[in-house]
Amino acid sequence: MSNAVEVRALTKRFDKVVALDELTFDVAQGELFGLVGPDGAGKSTLFRILTTLVLPDAGSATVLGFDVARDLWDIRSRVGYMPGGFSLYPDLSVAENLEFFAAVFGTTVEEGYELIAPVYKQLEQFRDRRADALSGGMKQKLALSCALVHRPEILLLDEPTTGVDAVSRREFWDQLATLKASGLTIVVSTPYMDEAMRCDRVALVHGGRILEIDAPAAIGSGFERPLFAVYGADRYGLLKILRAYPEAASVCLFGDSLHFTAQKQVQVLRSAQDDSVAELTAYLHANGHADARVEPIAAGIEDSFMALMGSAA
Amino acid sequence: MTAKAQAISVNGLTRRFGSFVAVDHITFDVGAGEVFGFLGANGAGKTTAIKMLIGLLAPSDGDAHVAGFDVKTQRAQIRRSIGYMSQRFSLYDDLTVRENIQLYGGIYGLSDDQIRDRTATLLESLGLSGSAGDLVSKLPLGWKQKLAFSVALLHEPKIVFLDEPTGGVDPLTRRQFWELIYAAASRGTTVFVTTHYMDEAEYCDRVSIMVDGKIATLGTPAELKAQYKVATVEDVFVRLARGAKASE
Repeated sequence: MSNAVEVRALTKRFDKVVALDELTFDVAQGELFGLVGPDGAGKSTLFRILTTLVLPDAGSATVLGFDVARDLWDIRSRVGYMPGGFSLYPDLSVAENLEFFAAVFGTTVEEGYELIAPVYKQLEQFRDRRADALSGGMKQKLALSCALVHRPEILLLDEPTTGVDAVSRREFWDQLATLKASGLTIVVSTPYMDEAMRCDRVALVHGGRILEIDAPAAIGSGFERPLFAVYGADRYGLLKILRAYPEAASVCLFGDSLHFTAQKQVQVLRSAQDDSVAELTAYLHANGHADARVEPIAAGIEDSFMALMGSAA
Repeated sequence: MTAKAQAISVNGLTRRFGSFVAVDHITFDVGAGEVFGFLGANGAGKTTAIKMLIGLLAPSDGDAHVAGFDVKTQRAQIRRSIGYMSQRFSLYDDLTVRENIQLYGGIYGLSDDQIRDRTATLLESLGLSGSAGDLVSKLPLGWKQKLAFSVALLHEPKIVFLDEPTGGVDPLTRRQFWELIYAAASRGTTVFVTTHYMDEAEYCDRVSIMVDGKIATLGTPAELKAQYKVATVEDVFVRLARGAKASE
């Protein structure tokens, strides 16, 4: 099967800033492909090139076999695109926005209804409400409906869940799973690591380059240092005292704990790990954190992401 | 906790728009120096509540005190006592980093000497000294947000309101932002923050979860997890907010 997206040494500069730096990767047909990386990594520029809105300076890219520089209209008619911030017409109603996007693509809402129904049904009771009066979650559902109404073969979604609450995010990703099951290829960027976990593969992008590209579960396995979760009530105090620990490589807030990475190379011996836990616990207890608790843990994608970004910065 | 130690005190605060009750008799206190997470689904009424607390919107019913001042009658005093930053707007894109700091310093009524001293301190602490002359529009989002937070603290307010300060920000930069929050709280600043990142909810001293205009639950992250017998604040949130959506 041919690839849905093929990117080869893709490069884009804005003045002196290199937004994309010889980027190369493929997205397979039917794949749910994630892009994660900090703001300014080049993700939105990549989406704009793949949707033929911006031309690359060098390198090449194809979408569904069509060249982004040459086959503008072949690509545009087959791509569903949700830009960052949703880009709806604020003074048009829900129904008018949808009808407008359908008309632009030479189709009707009725023709596309089957595909958008699971998303749009939740909006239909607000069909006469102006788009600017919708909540963030409803705006997102409308923007997805607008991107789907012409029955595209590939979806390009630029941070579709930013500013959206945790429940709406889950619903949105459930919908993406349904769309993927129907055969649609989906490329999506996100700052949320729990969303990255739901992709088939994830690319970590930084400074216009790909630092790593793999299945999300495999990305954590590249983490080479001992990692510990530290629990305690005075989180900020723990953060500072852990940073002062002689063997600290990195310390960061992590949900209900802190994640502490030691400088040593990975310790495969269980006994050595137990020693590290005991030493670290004793250090924290001696420094005023009597309730501190330390557990060895395996790295997840978020740990790897931060380690890769930290070393790339 | 005595009344004096409370930075924010809210009692039956309500706001109606026509027949729609956006904020429905909410009651809670925030202690001085506390990091308080104000959570809720999109459309639950968080922004309306914040607008009332910072004196931008008059309550329909109930009352609230912020830094000891009445939100209905002492709006000017409240604005001088608080800092505010939102994800949607915080800095002027077409001014440089230094110009933004100077502008806000002027708005907050700082003297020229204070502005000069605090500008230098702020730039250095953020590692932005080399970028002082750059337009804010050229800064990456994460840097912009860190700068906006520091600018919101320029006049050393007692309380800072942060409305989704880390929306769209990557994991590394979000953590740097939260370390700025902790540093401010450790200096005694009260932090009132909204977020859709549920790992950040775990960083708060206490959180409230707003559902359909009401405070559905309030407590420390540990208390909420114990009460709902779940592993994370996200699970608590999903349970409460999903019930509301089903009836929407």
